[in-house]
Amino acid sequence: MLEDVFRAEWGRVLATLVGSFGDIELAEEAAQDAFAVAAERWPRDGQPANPVGWLITTARNRAIDRIRRDRAFADKADQLARELVDHSEETMDETMQFRDERLELIFTCCHPALALDAQVALTLRTLGGLSTDEIARAFLVPFETMSKRLTRAKHKIRDAVIPFAVPSDDLLPDRLDAVLAVVYLIFNQGWGEGRVDLAAEAIRLGRALAELMPDEPEPLALLALMLLNDSRRAARFRNGELVLLDEQDRNLWDQGQMDDARVLLRRALAQHGKGPYVIQAAIADLHLETPRDWGEIATLYGVLAELTRSPVVEMNRAVALAEVDGPEAALELLDELPLDDYRYFHSTRADFLRRLGRTTEARIAYGRALALTDNDPERRFLEGRMLELEEAAWPSE
Amino acid sequence: MKYALLAYNAAAADQRGPIMPAIAEALERSKVKSWVRLQHGESATTVSSPDGKTLLTDGPFVDSKEYLGGVIVIEAENLDEALAFATELQGLMRSGGALEVRPILEDR
Repeated sequence: MLEDVFRAEWGRVLATLVGSFGDIELAEEAAQDAFAVAAERWPRDGQPANPVGWLITTARNRAIDRIRRDRAFADKADQLARELVDHSEETMDETMQFRDERLELIFTCCHPALALDAQVALTLRTLGGLSTDEIARAFLVPFETMSKRLTRAKHKIRDAVIPFAVPSDDLLPDRLDAVLAVVYLIFNQGWGEGRVDLAAEAIRLGRALAELMPDEPEPLALLALMLLNDSRRAARFRNGELVLLDEQDRNLWDQGQMDDARVLLRRALAQHGKGPYVIQAAIADLHLETPRDWGEIATLYGVLAELTRSPVVEMNRAVALAEVDGPEAALELLDELPLDDYRYFHSTRADFLRRLGRTTEARIAYGRALALTDNDPERRFLEGRMLELEEAAWPSE
Repeated sequence: MKYALLAYNAAAADQRGPIMPAIAEALERSKVKSWVRLQHGESATTVSSPDGKTLLTDGPFVDSKEYLGGVIVIEAENLDEALAFATELQGLMRSGGALEVRPILEDR
């Protein structure tokens, strides 16, 4: 199916073209041309033996023709492209195995010289093959805004000469962190009515990274983390209502995906991975055990908090500690955190207060969480909790 | 590729001493094509023509606490190389201030 080839191979094809021409816009136009020709010819003549090779060769040929004919295009093309044009007779063989340059592409898209929202959009556009419209809708942003964001990013890469390369060893750790952060951000953006399944896109990107960097524990662990979370998605809602982990129907969990995730996590641990994604994946895995080893979970959150210095992580640690030492101590920890704008901070405080019988304060905290919530299932869940407290305080006769 | 490193800082006029030796050394490297240090922002006069008529204003074009203190032109393979040099320089500067790295438009 051409659709499937398109989805699977867009990133590969584009990456090689960007490597050849040094300009993302030029590469995109060439790739689009090639896919258009494929859409026309393959149903008629059958799919070629090496679809990727065919697409890259066709795209390059098209781009070279345009560079030769069109002054404006030639100006866009850089040194590399002009060399390609001069040597084109020697290099065109559609059965050639082209080197996978997706790593170079993703590091380019996630370069720190680009703003985070540009990194995210560009990664989805170039590696994910999502259309500008799809990305705009996924992030609830007007088409014009997303279009400008993408254009600006591509021009910045071209004008400032952001190198198309995997970063050198001294830069790699920070740059890899940035790439993983983008992928995880995309995963957490989630999905919803009419929106593209960004979680699935993030997993695809995660798989590519794990495949291309098999000796790095963090990409493996990130993929494990995403797979573990994703495997429970069928159980998260029942009739539109939020279902907490302990009440989820485990038959709805994708056991196969969970097993895959655990294999990845073990590989990461075997590589002595100790980074934040390894820890988060280990925590996610621990949450799925019954009964939960809250002590171990709390310990791991502690390690994660040291690494990331994140107040949200400290909050999660407090939640685990509440299960071990009771909500009183945990509430004290929570109250030191600067998370007043974070809805889960308030819902967590509310839960502790509720358990301590401090009903009035709990209702206020639920109210704060409600004010910050942006989706209906959460809203209904919080309202439900508030109602329970009211009924406990004023039982109806 | 050539890049301009625009050095901004907020140092008061009487706080600007001679260039630090470490920075002077860095500026001697072959990748540095030229550099200038500018006097304090308050010494600037801005020439503009907002309504067609020429207007003179006392002070820099952009009114802020930070002012452009110097410009360094360097030659680098790509942005990463330019950023590496800028990062090194920034590490040598007294605290505060920043270096803006902008690619130079070659064709006139």
